[in-house]
Amino acid sequence: MRLRTGLVLFGIAICYWALWACQDPHSIRRAQYIGNGKKVYSTHCQNCHGASGEGLGTLYPPLTDLSYLEENREQLACWVKHGLSGEININGVAYDTPMPGTPQLTATDIAYVLTYVTNSLGNAMPLFTIEEVRASLENCE
Amino acid sequence: MAFGMAACTSSPERKLPILGHREPVTKTTIDGQTVVDTIYQQIPDFEFLNQDSALVSNTDFETGVYIANFFFTHCPSICPTMQRNLLKVYQQYANDDRVKFLSHSIDFKYDKPSVLKAYADKLGVTDHRWQFVTGSKEAIYGISDHYMVYTKEDDTAPGGYDHSGYFILVDKDRHIRGAYDGTNDQQVELLFEELAILLKEYE
Repeated sequence: MRLRTGLVLFGIAICYWALWACQDPHSIRRAQYIGNGKKVYSTHCQNCHGASGEGLGTLYPPLTDLSYLEENREQLACWVKHGLSGEININGVAYDTPMPGTPQLTATDIAYVLTYVTNSLGNAMPLFTIEEVRASLENCE
Repeated sequence: MAFGMAACTSSPERKLPILGHREPVTKTTIDGQTVVDTIYQQIPDFEFLNQDSALVSNTDFETGVYIANFFFTHCPSICPTMQRNLLKVYQQYANDDRVKFLSHSIDFKYDKPSVLKAYADKLGVTDHRWQFVTGSKEAIYGISDHYMVYTKEDDTAPGGYDHSGYFILVDKDRHIRGAYDGTNDQQVELLFEELAILLKEYE
């Protein structure tokens, strides 16, 4: 009898703990995307854009300008996949080194790395879903 | 015991070794003695076109020590990291003529002086201490052997050229005193340390 009461109480305690400890699904997903995105970033992006997204001189642009990233949100997936050439202007500074694409990245990888870049290098933007990335890639210029 | 401790604390000044091939050579001195001397690997005479379309040669580097490497401007793989790290050394020794930098482009087709100039400007190189040079395929690839740096044209490599990311530290006698993987943070730290040690030799 004692044992059963003990187990029930224990079970209730576990439930309370579980409910309290669980984050909402959205922040778990965000954390997962950011974690995976960091791996993609360090493998494919870090050499030019730097460990903190600082870029390198005016050779490779920084990725820390939130307004630039927000303005160009629909194009970001295209740039990661297919690269970018021509001059761009970030915060009044011109950059014209052609960026090579990384065609082997899947929409999932791109969603991860874009979420990481827009949320971990001093920025904070809504999560990139895989669906959003697929839609962007269909409309690349 | 105290004597032992005292002996331990006074260590001789550390000197960097001379790297590369060496050959013993037997000589006879004036008073008929035979001595064995060593001939060390030396960077041979060179002459290349720099980012200002001016000719630079080994004589421009003999007044101090220099760090050499091999890269190309549109390299997507190791060069950005390598040059980012070398830039740190360059900035650390700003306005210090004792340390120079020599980046050889291995893309003799595309990296003309004007391309090298744009690259140097964008990287943040503001003076003559860091030279970016181009030359014929034979000259550049030939001299990379003397620096013990691997370079090769390779269609399958990213950018079309394969090469190692080593920084080679050369002293005033054109001897190689250190080789450091420019993409590795710890080796770059070591370069900073050993560069300071080498400069002490000339004080």
